[in-house]
Amino acid sequence: MIPTPDTSHLTNADFEHVYEPAEDTFILLDALEADAERLRALTPRIAMEIGSGSGCVSAFLGAVLGSTTCLYLSTDINPHAALCTLKTGGQNKVPLEPVVTSLIGPFAKRLHRAVDVLIFNPPYVPTEDEEMTDAQAGRAIEGSWAGGKQGMLVTERVLCGLDEILSEKGLFYLVAVKDNDVPSIRRRMDEEYGFESDIVLQRRAGREHLFVIRFSRKASPS
Amino acid sequence: MVRLITHNLLACHAKNCTQTKGFPLAFNDVRVETKEAEFNADFLKSFYERKIDWDALVGAAKQLGDTSLPLERPEMVDDDFLQLLHHVLLEIHVEEGEMICPNCKHVYKIRDGIPNMLLAEHEIG
Repeated sequence: MIPTPDTSHLTNADFEHVYEPAEDTFILLDALEADAERLRALTPRIAMEIGSGSGCVSAFLGAVLGSTTCLYLSTDINPHAALCTLKTGGQNKVPLEPVVTSLIGPFAKRLHRAVDVLIFNPPYVPTEDEEMTDAQAGRAIEGSWAGGKQGMLVTERVLCGLDEILSEKGLFYLVAVKDNDVPSIRRRMDEEYGFESDIVLQRRAGREHLFVIRFSRKASPS
Repeated sequence: MVRLITHNLLACHAKNCTQTKGFPLAFNDVRVETKEAEFNADFLKSFYERKIDWDALVGAAKQLGDTSLPLERPEMVDDDFLQLLHHVLLEIHVEEGEMICPNCKHVYKIRDGIPNMLLAEHEIG
């Protein structure tokens, strides 16, 4: 069993500005652990987490793959979160490289179809669209959960760009809740973009029914 | 941590910088620290072959005061070369400073080792 990364260096003051690891974080860690063999077999060289928050998930991925085998990039729109990610990397001896930006921003040009493992625990809570836009513009903790219509506004932007960023054998792990309509996400990614998917884990946590979905490119017919 | 491995993957994403423009970002007014990192030959080799823009790396290293890399991209990847590459890519940390777009001159600040690549609403392409 791979231990949960140490976040004891982060304080309550940090968690006023940055999303604290919770059930949705833990199901993602469990899914990565369940997929550990598959992940290692891929020998990924570039991993990226969008919205890395506390840095707990990226540090965990580093523990699964090893600290020197892969470059661990991460982005977050919240500068406080990027700093927490950096510190959590140090605390867990995984060199994490956080960048303050929205989604994949400045990496898009150079990492065209080059990311081997992409991870996103998005703001998935259904809210008014305006609440989601304000939250993203505020670059603060609200941006970590307010998801707009069906909780899908931010996720949608990543799904649309997935083909541009994921490498040929790359894997994309996405956290979702029932309100996001998981069957429809999976069907659309298959039909419109040619990605197959599996539900790695699902569980109920309080009022939320959480899913971790893994996407990969369909093998091209030869 | 802004190390040269990450710098090599960052490009300006402001609206007037298209696919080919806005790379590599130029360092300015930097404070650099050197920290030892663990060596992994397989990782370096595969990263070098797959992803490194050589001219950008040589130029960026020079801006940080490191001129150890050959100007021409080496065909032969031996252990000595990988050691050089290891140091330049993974051990030089830019802690403070800025990165400037060669095309639109947009300035991205680096603070506490983290680059801030956010754009204002009117700068987004």
